[in-house]
Amino acid sequence: MTKFAIGQTVHRLEDPTLLQGKGCYTDDLRPQGAAHAFVLRSPHAHALIRGIDTTAARQAPGVIAVLTGQDVKADDLGTMPCIVPVKNHDGTPRGETPRPVLALDRARHVGDPVALVVAETYHAARDAAELIEVDYEPLPAVADVYGAAQPGAPLVWPEIKQNIVADLHLGSKEAADAAFARAAHISKIELVQNRLVANPMEPRAAFAEYDPATDRSTLHTSSQSVALLRAHIGDIVLKIGDKLRVRSGNVGGAFGMKAMMHPEQPMIVWASRRLKRAVRWTGDRSEGFLTDVQGRDHKVFAELALDKDGKFLAVRATVYAGMGAYLSQFAPMIPQSVHSMMPSVYAFEAAHLHLIETVTNTVPVDAYRGAGRPEGIYVTERLIDIAARELKIAPDELRRRNFIKPSQFPYTTAAGLVYDSGDFEGLQAKALKEADWAGFPARKAASEARGKLRGIGLTMYVERCGGAAPPDSVALKVNKDRVLVLPGTVDNGQGHMTVLKQLVSEYLGIDMEKIDVSQGDSDANPFGLTGGSRFAVVTGTAAGIAAKEVVDKGMEQAAKMLEAAAADIEYGDGDYKVKGTDRKATLFDVAGAAGGIEALHIKNTGALTFPNGCHIVEVEIDPQTGVTRLERYTIVDDFGRALNPMLLLGQVHGGTVQGIGQALLEHAVYDNESAQLLTGSFMDYAMPRADDVPSFNTTFHHTPCTTNPLGVKGAGEAGSVGAPPAIINAIVDVLHAKKGIKHIDMPATREKVWRALNG
Amino acid sequence: MSVKVSMNVNGKAVSAEVPERTLLVSFLRETLNMTGTHVGCDTAQCGACTIHLNGRAIKSCNILAMQAEGGNVTTIEGLANADGTLHPMQEAFRQNHGLQCGFCTPGMVMSAVDLVKNTPKPTEEQIRELMDGNICRCTGYHNIVKAIAAGATSMAANP
Amino acid sequence: MYQFKFQKAKSVAEAFAGLGKDGDAKLLAGGQSLIAAMKLRLSQPSALIDLGDIAELRHIKVETGTVTIGAMTTHATVAASAEVKKALPALAMLAGSIGDRQVRNQGTIGGSIANNDPAADYPAACLGLGATISTNKRKISADAFFKGMYETALDAGEIIISVSFAIPKRAAYVKFKNPASRFAIVGVLVADFGSSARVAVTGAGPGVFRIAEMEKALAAKFAPESVANIKVPAEGLNSDLHAQADYRAHLITVLAQRAVAAALT
Repeated sequence: MTKFAIGQTVHRLEDPTLLQGKGCYTDDLRPQGAAHAFVLRSPHAHALIRGIDTTAARQAPGVIAVLTGQDVKADDLGTMPCIVPVKNHDGTPRGETPRPVLALDRARHVGDPVALVVAETYHAARDAAELIEVDYEPLPAVADVYGAAQPGAPLVWPEIKQNIVADLHLGSKEAADAAFARAAHISKIELVQNRLVANPMEPRAAFAEYDPATDRSTLHTSSQSVALLRAHIGDIVLKIGDKLRVRSGNVGGAFGMKAMMHPEQPMIVWASRRLKRAVRWTGDRSEGFLTDVQGRDHKVFAELALDKDGKFLAVRATVYAGMGAYLSQFAPMIPQSVHSMMPSVYAFEAAHLHLIETVTNTVPVDAYRGAGRPEGIYVTERLIDIAARELKIAPDELRRRNFIKPSQFPYTTAAGLVYDSGDFEGLQAKALKEADWAGFPARKAASEARGKLRGIGLTMYVERCGGAAPPDSVALKVNKDRVLVLPGTVDNGQGHMTVLKQLVSEYLGIDMEKIDVSQGDSDANPFGLTGGSRFAVVTGTAAGIAAKEVVDKGMEQAAKMLEAAAADIEYGDGDYKVKGTDRKATLFDVAGAAGGIEALHIKNTGALTFPNGCHIVEVEIDPQTGVTRLERYTIVDDFGRALNPMLLLGQVHGGTVQGIGQALLEHAVYDNESAQLLTGSFMDYAMPRADDVPSFNTTFHHTPCTTNPLGVKGAGEAGSVGAPPAIINAIVDVLHAKKGIKHIDMPATREKVWRALNG
Repeated sequence: MSVKVSMNVNGKAVSAEVPERTLLVSFLRETLNMTGTHVGCDTAQCGACTIHLNGRAIKSCNILAMQAEGGNVTTIEGLANADGTLHPMQEAFRQNHGLQCGFCTPGMVMSAVDLVKNTPKPTEEQIRELMDGNICRCTGYHNIVKAIAAGATSMAANP
Repeated sequence: MYQFKFQKAKSVAEAFAGLGKDGDAKLLAGGQSLIAAMKLRLSQPSALIDLGDIAELRHIKVETGTVTIGAMTTHATVAASAEVKKALPALAMLAGSIGDRQVRNQGTIGGSIANNDPAADYPAACLGLGATISTNKRKISADAFFKGMYETALDAGEIIISVSFAIPKRAAYVKFKNPASRFAIVGVLVADFGSSARVAVTGAGPGVFRIAEMEKALAAKFAPESVANIKVPAEGLNSDLHAQADYRAHLITVLAQRAVAAALT
């Protein structure tokens, strides 16, 4: 019996399959007869393509077709869309970066697709690709987000002046300036948001089948939204509309990156339709580094204004945000969250952001776990620590003086968001206790006795989840013995199937064993997207509304069967019951008699949620080598409510380690001159491994969310927001004590820390 | 240009003509259609392709099929008991939520079984160090480490 | 990976004959570096001669004063060998720090030193422990064997049979790993041979090298403080995005002290 399971730890139903290697990821599909594709990519960061000779490649053994940008043009394919309209502060629209699925006359980053080879085997395709002769005329390239906007920098797009694709102001500059004018103290920082590579363990893959009978294509691809891909590839790029069906099976991690259309997806469908044959492509890790949309990449100048009592007045920043060579799907929107997140959990009068988005000869940038929230929170939480030190106020005390108080909810922040709930002071107090903040001096002394330096760092965080488009959507279908749940979201490892079964089991009072969940089919599932930590809030709520609709729709049939008026019937525990009697009919009986009951909930509620929390980190630094170990790591989160605590903590751990990676290890480094990616494999890009990270002390401090009936807030990205400022605050605690250093940029590598201590 | 390669995979003799340059992982996935073993990188770092060759964990993406000629291979598909019950290490991963997307999981589990065989009672520190040949992007390792410790205990109890 | 011919040698003589037939053939000795390079199309041998089936190349022999390891002995075997752990624990420990467990189960000592990756661990063991490399043709001292980045004294057609390490009074290896690749940013092996000492450094330069000044100081007194003030010039050391030359130079001194301390415990 597994009814009413919300809030309980239910072991994942997905796991027995995955643990035995029986999952089905995109590359695991391989009907006989599929051709293999290999993409030839630009070795230059910036070059004119003066001609491509494919003669030898076409004649190579096993080759079926070689396609180039000229074929894309001849077939009149659409360009890859950026769907975010942005207006510059002067009222003009943002720049355009039309991207064909294969480069036509210019390559704009190393890895830009130049030709597609389709052959009978993978080896044949890859061997033939080496026979393609591309006549490149290399051009000067630019990789640095800030340098790109300086006079004289090479232009990625001749039509985009100074490489500035968008230039906007968010929040009131006047209000912020006024607050700064009367500030008793101003703290400043200049910092870098290091560029990151998402690196889900499953590389991107696309496999297209073609059915001549219906002229329809099916694209199997690892994604976060079959619906968005169907729309963008079917309607915009290939212009075949509903002749495209998109499916995702198991998805081996995604982290925002797989929400985005990448050129290979339309390319493979296109090739398959031209050849009327199934075509498969699976990227390798090296290709992933050169093509998967990347994250972050900001250069930031920021200031915090305080009054004489240490009360925050305003925060303002100028942010240069790298977009890469082309504007990806949501790219220009992501850094705008820096503004909405800058006020964090504090009462500010004003927050202003001058956002300058630049194009560079690098891989396009888009949402990566956190997507703007880590960038915003980091700015403020670093500034607070600097101010605390300058004003000689303890960092926890300075935060305490400025928290938004529970009595102030709903509270409109300086960035215009309306926070519904939270207990920031109580949460911080709990975290300080959990972390034994008071015991730190003793541990520091013990470290020093061993020749090590110990620092402690604290951060608060809040993030914005839920929200508007795409809509929350769930379809429910009940027949005589089963309930089928069709979410718009696609699981990438979160355990959606388990949680949806828990939820629908409670909503309908039905055993989990009688509930099926089916996802990832654009023909069957309603519109939706996995992203923004929205699943619990948005899909969870939608499932509840759809469940209620199912019950309501069955009422008439139930009344007929029970020979009673609908008003006299109540629903509960999976049964329609005549009030005050023992007459009842099960939902399945009713659905069977009615020939099935279906409900679809699809709606933009726009309701936002604000998960928040506190990370406290203790680092131990070896001054001789700069090696920084995370000795204690405490996390307290307010997620409103836990639907499945074990899965929830799994999200916290994973997000936090991605944040640790950003703080200490990960960095997509491009050569400044050539714009070649220097960290193009796991040999050079340091992924966090088990021995890089600690175990975590995690606790909840939930305050129910009031903007959705479940009271949940979302948790998927939380850890990635909290970890970077907490870790850097802890390292700077040491660097400041020893050398008066105010800031160290991420990643705080061993060498950087050593130089800071020994410079 | 091809060679005949024969080996024993999960207790079954298998044999096929393949190009010389066929990696063991491609032989498993493409030739035998055993897709439980995954490929997560091309530099032998991530460990998603970990299998056992003659009783030792190796990265099947970094050896040729021909190097395993005549050998005994165990993959994730061969780890559970014949009656369908999970291997103690698989069960420990399930109980401890040691997996999310599941892509690194087959390699992680195969690697963990090998770890425990050679280090029967690993400490947390040993587990973290000895699992440095396997990368996970989802779990943050917290629950993987817990799972391996639990798996070690239950492997000792059910030898 | 490009196409190549494949041959499994049953004996050293058969491998030698194979090399003679094809000038662009390469020996496959585990392949943990070679296969990786071939996958990225950075290496294009016309043929591979697999040494994996040659049992005579897999052995460990401890005699008075020496530990001899057959060329095809895996790192894991050396790391786990009770004999090696007893006679020359630093060598077992070094072997146990190479790559990761899976790589150690497949990679071999012969493959490692023939490849002579500037960040590999075994070259430090060979140079620091005064090893002698036996081939099918001759014996080569480690001092003469390593010739800088990916180059060795091996002639065409020459096959490593075994490596003999001199057993010192005490020794230790300390490795500072690249957080991404886990190769050595710097690895230092120190060995105390009583009247003399050896200090071998890998990862820091274009190839493994010794530091005479430290060796002299340690021969006089084998203690951490003997090397604490010996600075290594940064000039000629590797500078890359993982570590600038001056940081590597500094690390050599730090690691040398730690290695001496470890050897003494």
